[in-house]
Amino acid sequence: MYKLTGVTKDYQKGHSVVHALQGVDLVIEDGEWLAIQGPTGHGKSTLLQMLGGLDRPTAGSIEFDGHELTELREGQVTNLRASSIGFIFQTFNLIPTLNAQENVEVALVPLRIGAAERRERAARALEDLGLGDRLKHLPSELSGGQQQRVAIARALVKEPKVLLADEPTGNLDEDTRDEIINLLEKLWRDLGLTMVLVTHDSTVARRAERLGVMRGGKLTIRQDTRRNRAGGSPQEGPVPAAP
Amino acid sequence: MFFTYLRRELRRRMRQASLIALGLAVGIGLVITVTALSTGVKNAQGDVLHSLYGVGTDITVTQAPTAGAGPGAFGFRGSTGTRTRPAAGTTIDIDTLRNFGLGTIGDSSVSTVASLHNVAAAAGGLTLTDTKITGKIPAINSSGGGGFGGGFGGGGFSGSFTPTSFTVDGVDIAHGALGPLSSGKLSSGRTFSSADATSNVAIVDADYATQNKLTAGSTVTIAKTPFKIVGIVTVPAGDNSSDVYIPLARAQALASMKNDVNTIYVAADSASSISGVSKEISALMPKATVTNSSNLASDVTGSLASTSSLANNLGRWLAIAVLAAAFLLAILLTMSAVSRRVREFGTLKALGWRSRRVIRQVMGEAIVIGIAGGIVGVGLGYLGATAVTHFSRPLTASVGQTTGSATPGGARTFTGGGGFGGGFGGSGRPGGFRTAATASHTVTVHLDASVTIGVIVAAVLLAIAGGLIAGIFGGWRAARLRPAAAMARVE
Repeated sequence: MYKLTGVTKDYQKGHSVVHALQGVDLVIEDGEWLAIQGPTGHGKSTLLQMLGGLDRPTAGSIEFDGHELTELREGQVTNLRASSIGFIFQTFNLIPTLNAQENVEVALVPLRIGAAERRERAARALEDLGLGDRLKHLPSELSGGQQQRVAIARALVKEPKVLLADEPTGNLDEDTRDEIINLLEKLWRDLGLTMVLVTHDSTVARRAERLGVMRGGKLTIRQDTRRNRAGGSPQEGPVPAAP
Repeated sequence: MFFTYLRRELRRRMRQASLIALGLAVGIGLVITVTALSTGVKNAQGDVLHSLYGVGTDITVTQAPTAGAGPGAFGFRGSTGTRTRPAAGTTIDIDTLRNFGLGTIGDSSVSTVASLHNVAAAAGGLTLTDTKITGKIPAINSSGGGGFGGGFGGGGFSGSFTPTSFTVDGVDIAHGALGPLSSGKLSSGRTFSSADATSNVAIVDADYATQNKLTAGSTVTIAKTPFKIVGIVTVPAGDNSSDVYIPLARAQALASMKNDVNTIYVAADSASSISGVSKEISALMPKATVTNSSNLASDVTGSLASTSSLANNLGRWLAIAVLAAAFLLAILLTMSAVSRRVREFGTLKALGWRSRRVIRQVMGEAIVIGIAGGIVGVGLGYLGATAVTHFSRPLTASVGQTTGSATPGGARTFTGGGGFGGGFGGSGRPGGFRTAATASHTVTVHLDASVTIGVIVAAVLLAIAGGLIAGIFGGWRAARLRPAAAMARVE
């Protein structure tokens, strides 16, 4: 699904340059669940932005589903995001003035799907996530867990190939965190999604197939259980980033 | 989704949206009020100029009297039939038709002007004053120090005479569409016909008729000649109308001004020709005063001129300043709103919304605010214009007082008068012979600041433009947002 080669991202911050990513090499296979951990400010979210085509690297290449993202025009990357990439954010990022159903519909607007079909698909996505009775509720009328479920429905309603989640449980209490992470794992398994999840939480991170750690803009794979997908125990310790 | 999102967003930002709309509304309201005021003033000026000119008249030509010329003596001696000073107790009955203050112009000049290029028609006219003095010659009181040579200073002398006067216009019946009667509206009787050219018939101003209990069919005496009144006419802003209108040929005969006129009324073939024709006439008649609507308008003084100046200068700039401030406020608040929605727009972009769609959303919101501001502004402007119409005092316009220009129908300067037999008041200004209104040539008009559909449409378009400009700036700000901003706030 993804192949990152020597991805570097530098930011200008005042008079100094911040090296957010320093030569990241990474391959993410179709249907894989990769968790990325690391301290704040060490490049986790920057890497996620690169994967989502939200930003362009200073150097290196990012290949996604056969497309070289660094060579695509902005409009083409936007189209890819609209059709193939789902996002989940830590703070849910729901539009406060739109109800749950309309928030989910928002993800279908760029796909030029008719209003009736949009409404129907949004309602179905919310019902699948147990929010059938909350379609007309505004975000402010929903709990944190419900809001994140609306955000997950929004990410999945367009049936993307990849789900990118940035601290999806960061704003939730422990019980809700477990509920959401169980839900994501179920969806990952049921839908055959490729999932990249950035988290501070080791409990969440250890649920992933592979765990990478970002430190100083460099990625190190610490855990890889892909060969045990059938149900074996996870493998601990450093693992090379790219196969 | 566009309209749902737009509606909900505006509802959420109700207070800010209302502030922007109100700012635009005040600006638009002021523009409408000032425009209505300006239009009202312009219309009032038009009314004034029409009343001075007559509808259809573009240019008037008059001539200052030559030095020493004047209506001459009233001729007590002549009226008593002797060449000596009349004896005490002698009855005086003088009634003459005189040309005061305007120089004479030969009939041929009218034809010459009519033949000029771009002149549609030209008509001559006579603006005259009929003066009546009746009474008995009193016994001369030597201690009075007055006497005929000394003016009216003698004790009790002036009380023995009753001077009255009214204005008479000689009208060229062949060119009725031009001249003093052209703006008049017949309230009873009939107007002149070609058969009246040499008849003793008159049309009387409605005000004068009321004052003197005259009606169509009754008689008015001019220079001791009875004229049958065939019609009563009402002239707009009638302060400047003459009291009596008679055929030009009869006026010339009674005033001993055969083949002379003192005003030429000219109609140009188009509005754009007026200036050129004026210049041609000036070249043709170097001593003449050529007056057209534009230079007459510049001579208008009084509260109408002050209001015009206020509307055109202070009002216009105030409206522009308020409108500019409203636009600036709309731009700043819209950009500020976009800044506060960085994560929202970043999220939409992350979800695959193109910048174009985000800009459209921002502009849509701004335009709706602009429309709301425009609608409220039209209401405010209408109220403002209504208030101006309702509360404004009647405006006065004076023409020609200071310049002494010989504006038709008024603004005469009474110079060169001969005095009563060489004695009555050496200044030669027969005070009281004309009413104060006509002498000072002041017109009172009421300001009607009406709002036209065109102004309303323009104002709403202006408000939409304000919203559009604010939306462009807001959209530009939104377009520059990186979709990564949706996450940047998180880390």
